[in-house]
Amino acid sequence: MTATAGQANEIILRTRGVGKTFGKFVALNNISAEFSRGAVTSIIGPNGAGKSTYFNLLCGAFPPTKGSIEFDGRDVTGLPQHRFAHMGIAKSFQITSVFPQLTTRENIRVGLQALVSRYDIWRPRARLTELIERADELLALVGLWESRERAAKTLAHGEQRALEIGMALASQPRLLLLDEPTAGMSPEETRTMMDLIVKLARERTVILVEHKMKLVLGISDRILVLHHGELLAEGTPQEVRQNEAVKRVYLGQREH
Amino acid sequence: MTETARSIKQSGVATGGWYQFVTRHRASIVAAVILVFPLVMPFTALAVNILIYGLYALGFNLVFGYLGLLSFGHAALFGTGAYLCGISIVHFGWPWYAAIAAGVAGGLLMALLIGVLAIRTRGIYFAMVTMALSQCVYYLFYQAVDLTGGENGLRGINVRTIDLFGLQIDFINPMIRYYVIAAFVIAAFFVMSRILASPFGAVIEAVRENEMRARASGYDVTLTRLLTFVLSGAFCGLAGALQALHLSIVPIEILHYETSGLVVMIALLGGMGTFFGPMIGAAVFLVLENVVSVWTVHWQLIVGGIFIACVLFFPAGIWGTLIARSRR
Repeated sequence: MTATAGQANEIILRTRGVGKTFGKFVALNNISAEFSRGAVTSIIGPNGAGKSTYFNLLCGAFPPTKGSIEFDGRDVTGLPQHRFAHMGIAKSFQITSVFPQLTTRENIRVGLQALVSRYDIWRPRARLTELIERADELLALVGLWESRERAAKTLAHGEQRALEIGMALASQPRLLLLDEPTAGMSPEETRTMMDLIVKLARERTVILVEHKMKLVLGISDRILVLHHGELLAEGTPQEVRQNEAVKRVYLGQREH
Repeated sequence: MTETARSIKQSGVATGGWYQFVTRHRASIVAAVILVFPLVMPFTALAVNILIYGLYALGFNLVFGYLGLLSFGHAALFGTGAYLCGISIVHFGWPWYAAIAAGVAGGLLMALLIGVLAIRTRGIYFAMVTMALSQCVYYLFYQAVDLTGGENGLRGINVRTIDLFGLQIDFINPMIRYYVIAAFVIAAFFVMSRILASPFGAVIEAVRENEMRARASGYDVTLTRLLTFVLSGAFCGLAGALQALHLSIVPIEILHYETSGLVVMIALLGGMGTFFGPMIGAAVFLVLENVVSVWTVHWQLIVGGIFIACVLFFPAGIWGTLIARSRR
């Protein structure tokens, strides 16, 4: 295998036998998976499958009860979440999570600033002009340029979701984790969001947690299916769609 | 600087109109008001009190309004600043500037100590833990009679003249005393304005707005909180030190939880999380106290009633309400 081919297939994130229990409740059991650099990997499963728990392990929101997580060949198990962010793992939240009283632009600017200046109490932040310029680029990318001076809490739901993705992109992540980015969106907003994700995925590694299988079939390179906290199946969209176990899980409950 | 850069210079909070101008020159405006302030006050001692409590509230507001944590133990920071300044003069014969530095350092270190123990708690728990710890500080100073004078307070902080590079300034003269203290308060407001406009100032507000989001963006929320609390301690320590110089005595009541409660009232009255709120709150509260206590010994009843009415009808405080009106 040549060096370039090796690079293309490189694994950016790997979990080895991770599990998470909350008290006696086993939310996630023994998941081993690999995520390739530059690919879009979707994690799907019915409600309560453990998708969000797995997602939270991947972004460092809490440590696994057992097993280990490896990012870029480094064991990152148990590191605090802000360290995950410094390494280049950015996430969006399932429930919209922005800085409500700050302007749209300041939301993104604060996201950018985390990589440059976290404890400087003296220099005026307006001097960090490159952050403001970069914030404006990101505002344009996620389609919020018009709303840049508005407080984030006054944005429509879909716009807040877009803002969140803009904030996640602010840290120039090597890995972008999106937790149900279309939750609660109108069909039109959903389409806009999926287009945005496709655009972003051209240049980045994306891991997407989604409840609706239909949404991710078209855009994913690989799909993991979780069920009752276990890894039920994994493969290309084609393979997953034809998998008997997956069909059984999604059967009976109408696909939304 | 680009137009964009200028518009977010001081704060990323959405605002408009005249407020932009006021925000840009906020520290200079405070300085100008402080300089003419004693001319409109009935007597200078009241004006000095307003300065000192305004500064105390400024430090408190950094934690309460900007960071979003309600501390009920700020008396410990204010009081430690006062005691350390007083002790340096009474027991060690330090010059006035070293005593002020000791007060600032005292407030800062006490904030570090309390902060380390309390900072992981939230909401009402943070208020309770800081209050409990500040009560510990109260008893500590109460018991250390040899150093602090215990129940009688620390007496004999006599600074008659202030030596400024060979220039002897008469600190007994009330007007001169006012302007000496005003110089420190104005400097503190400039420093605070700078901190709020700094990158760290943005982090403080981000942590208040959304802790989880701040963490996901790559900020260490706990450390940010602790540093902010320590900075607040330095401002409150300075206020305490100036209070010791002004009164020539540090009463033990300075560490009482009432002193913690007072600053909460001042910040709420003026407008939490606003730059001018603390000073306005201190002025309104102390003038009210002064005017009403001339009429009746039950002044607390009336001031309390006015305070309740303010909180009920203007929850954003005096300055906060003005800002909100301007945005409509």
